[in-house]
Amino acid sequence: MGPGANARLRLETVRLTALFNGQPAVRDVSLLFPAHTVTAIIGPSGCGKSTFLRCLNRMHELSAGGTVQGQVLLDEVDIYARDVNPVELRRRIGMVFQRPTPFPTMSIYDNVAAGLRVNGRRSRSDLDTAVERALGQAALWDEVRDRLHTSALELSGGQQQRLCIARAIAPQPEILLLDEPTASLDPAGTQRIEELCHALKRHYTIVIVTHNLQQAARVSDYTAFFYLGRMIEVGRTGELFTKPQVEQTEAYITGRFG
Amino acid sequence: MSMPARQVRRHAVNGLMTGLIAMLSALAVLALVLILGDLILKGASSLNWAFFTENPVPAGETGGGVAHAIVGTAIVVGFAALIGLPVGIGAGLYLAEFGTGRLGFFVRFVADVLNGTPSIVVGIFAWTWMVKPVGRFSALAGSAALAILMIPMIARTTEEMVRLVPHSLREAALALGYPRWRTSLRIVARTALGGIVTGCLVGIARVAGETAPLLFTALGNLNFSVSPTHPMQTLSLQIYVYATGPFDEWHRLAWASALVLMGLVLLLAIAARWVTRQRYGTGR
Repeated sequence: MGPGANARLRLETVRLTALFNGQPAVRDVSLLFPAHTVTAIIGPSGCGKSTFLRCLNRMHELSAGGTVQGQVLLDEVDIYARDVNPVELRRRIGMVFQRPTPFPTMSIYDNVAAGLRVNGRRSRSDLDTAVERALGQAALWDEVRDRLHTSALELSGGQQQRLCIARAIAPQPEILLLDEPTASLDPAGTQRIEELCHALKRHYTIVIVTHNLQQAARVSDYTAFFYLGRMIEVGRTGELFTKPQVEQTEAYITGRFG
Repeated sequence: MSMPARQVRRHAVNGLMTGLIAMLSALAVLALVLILGDLILKGASSLNWAFFTENPVPAGETGGGVAHAIVGTAIVVGFAALIGLPVGIGAGLYLAEFGTGRLGFFVRFVADVLNGTPSIVVGIFAWTWMVKPVGRFSALAGSAALAILMIPMIARTTEEMVRLVPHSLREAALALGYPRWRTSLRIVARTALGGIVTGCLVGIARVAGETAPLLFTALGNLNFSVSPTHPMQTLSLQIYVYATGPFDEWHRLAWASALVLMGLVLLLAIAARWVTRQRYGTGR
């Protein structure tokens, strides 16, 4: 799949508010994610960055008491519109979580194929190709090609996380959401995932939540700073880190709080 | 240098408590050891090929076996499992996955009450609905009674096991575009499968030894029968009849039957252990 396929595709939130039992956790966030860019969302714990991310593929509404106001536009269509099926939507927007979550009863191969099979793709050769491509893009193919049919739990933590990335990108989603994907990894594993972000943005639009500022600076084109449920500032990553416009942003990135 | 008084006291209390707990555990195990020992002592000598393959001989004669009761146990418990497992597992899945509302609370409450209901009451219930209207005791009525006993047990274990599956796994499946029902079945239930199977085996073992509910339903049969719509002998009924009978030969066979029944239950328990071990063995 070349970058041309969804080059104009973009994701945008318009005055997005996320609530838990009526209490807002994210307030009034309007943010644009251009195609084939990496946008990092930073901020101290509890600032609402993960909740915001979970609104982008309608996972937030699955949490107890989770509701959403405002809009999330995927190619100018509101994903919260009545006629949008959230299950179908989640097949277009991949997600990777903090901790690796391989399906424990499935082999490496079956893990990667899971998202394809649920989409109705059954043909063996089709699956073989897609699994190899996804594992290749996730930089895991060379390490697992000889043991595709062994348990996914035999992989190391870093490999498991790359497997989860492969599983998320196998159905060729349009957007990839990463929720602190390196939080449970060692430095080597972290570096591999960061390198992946660079490689993957050729094919996908990536939104990554991280509490590691260096990571945001290394992987992203744009950075948004969240604090107490509000988006304080957004800009090109280089500019936000060197010339923040808002005092709170400067205080956070220079380590004065958070 | 001597230990401070307080430390001496702590050591003493610690030793005392450890000893006490060890003693109580030994007491708990002792019951099983004594029962098993007694059964082997009094029953093992009667175990031979004929015991497993032959049917009873007329009262007063020696020899014969309990083949009819062994087969009967398999049939009665088998039908009970056929009814009880799907319903129990289904109810457990429902409770774990969707049972947060009023209906879930109600089902859970009913299951807990049913779990505590004396089995003889369930037997009378089955008699009222399945024996009296038909006018005949039957193995199926016995199976129904055992199934009723089994369902709440299996439902609650299934629920516990499914709840143990990490929430993150469920989210991973949903984020991948799995519909909710498919997440429940393909990912969550599949991951909990080892625990669910263990729960089922324990449930089967529990009802395999039930006697009271069968007295009103399967009734017992001195002859070999495989017809589910007729009275049928089981090992537990066999023990009840033979142990309370007047003949030494019967008492001897009752002991041996008890040993066989105990062995069956033990086998199921070991199988349950094995399944759990398999699950964790490949799991990590």
